[in-house]
Amino acid sequence: MKALVNAPENVVAEALEGMALAYPELLHVETEPRFLRRSDAPRRGKVALVSGGGSGHEPLHGGFVGSGMLDAACPGEVFTSPTPDQILAAAQAVNGGAGVLLIVKNYTGDVLNFQLAAELLAAADIPTETVLVDDDVAVTDSLYTAGRRGVGATVLIEKICGAAAEAGKSLADVARIGREVNAAARSMGLALTPCTNPQAGQPSFQLGEQEIEFGIGIHGEPGRSRIPLAKADTLTEMLLTPILADLPFRSGDTVLLFVDGLGATPLLELYIVYRAATRIAEQHGLRISRRLVGSYMTSLDMAGVAITLLRMQEDWLGYWDAPVRTPALSWGATPC
Amino acid sequence: MLTTTNLRAWLDCLHGRLVQEKDQLNALDTAIGDADHGSNLLRGFQKVQEKLHDNDPPDIPALCKLVGMTLISTVGGASGPLYGTFFLEVGKSIAAGSTAVAPESFATALAAGLRGIQRLGKAELGDKTMVDALSPAIDALLANQSPATAAQAARAGLAATIPLVARKGRASYLGERSRGHADPGAASAALLFDCLATATPSS
Repeated sequence: MKALVNAPENVVAEALEGMALAYPELLHVETEPRFLRRSDAPRRGKVALVSGGGSGHEPLHGGFVGSGMLDAACPGEVFTSPTPDQILAAAQAVNGGAGVLLIVKNYTGDVLNFQLAAELLAAADIPTETVLVDDDVAVTDSLYTAGRRGVGATVLIEKICGAAAEAGKSLADVARIGREVNAAARSMGLALTPCTNPQAGQPSFQLGEQEIEFGIGIHGEPGRSRIPLAKADTLTEMLLTPILADLPFRSGDTVLLFVDGLGATPLLELYIVYRAATRIAEQHGLRISRRLVGSYMTSLDMAGVAITLLRMQEDWLGYWDAPVRTPALSWGATPC
Repeated sequence: MLTTTNLRAWLDCLHGRLVQEKDQLNALDTAIGDADHGSNLLRGFQKVQEKLHDNDPPDIPALCKLVGMTLISTVGGASGPLYGTFFLEVGKSIAAGSTAVAPESFATALAAGLRGIQRLGKAELGDKTMVDALSPAIDALLANQSPATAAQAARAGLAATIPLVARKGRASYLGERSRGHADPGAASAALLFDCLATATPSS
């Protein structure tokens, strides 16, 4: 595979160095153990938000470190969860005395490592709450699987909880809001191509010219079914139909519509999907009050798209609109 | 008796086998996971080797604790906490100060390690996980069978994962499509017992 890599084993370290150099005013990168934190953390009296997960999903999570979103992010190796000592060190570094909220995507590795970290934090007398994100409707059989995966809702939770924390909400309140956002969000994605982990050097699966992988996860793991390629409007409807039915979303609901690129899909195509999605949502009587279009939670160089729909509550609108200044999301805030 | 020297030989063997078989474990993980199980474990056991080069744990519990903590802090993924907890629990089950342990006591300690894995990962036999290789192997040792017999039981457990549908971990997302592939975690667990057989005297 062709990639801009010096040494496969150094991709995460070198990318983090690059981020630190690109955003010196926003974040600091610690290396032993490895985490990113807001340059102005800890913020006294503010609930600290800490997330993390495997690398390869950029800008998630490091790109969301900054005012109005995460206080710290713990990157693991590519597609490998971070370790408990990273999470512990990050939480200790950014805890401003109001406790720490861990935002965890529901994958076995992430869950186990964050669980061990939460036990260590408890032993260190740091109040900790965990929000587990599991919005992926592609996983239908939760009883006989590791449960639904955490996908696009993660970005929305990090933004909304980040604003709630900035507004001075307590740890219990911020955690409750995070769980409510998760419960009101549903997502589904598809891949047009596999992705290639630079450390593996080979694509995670093979797809024919006219095939797509439907119900994909974000780690290059194959989805639930392989189907023929179809027009963008058709595929968008195939993604939205299970999402709409699952919550279920009802006529009159106010929603946030998030169209996420998986890494190698151009914005030109994402807007085509967004256009189709708005038409379908409106046919269902949904009112789209907020939207996000772009590649925010990716799967390396995978081409594809995921759609997340969130049924909004009144107070979340204000949290969504609240100022944010991070490498990947930035609005309403004066540059520092 | 199993001595600290036997256990260090066990770890040396595991490191050596992981160097040789990393790509095979990654390939198994490519089929039903995310292609990094071999790389992640090798990173952990490589670090164990480095720590043992600089440290000389005085007894078996200290050795097991060093291995467990190192795996938890370097491997990541699910396998880091699971194998790390395994070694921590094995160490806790052996009396402090022990530099040698009877095979029966070691089998009991390994069983405590397996309970630690199941407490954390909540996997049962037949879920297509490392438990499917660990459990029959540890049962063999508890029944006073030789480490070589336990290694065969682990291999049989690994083979038995092939027709199963995964119910835990990332492979579970594939549903029926996880059938027909051996579980990478069971494959690394089988290595654990191959090496135990190599590193311990047969009784």
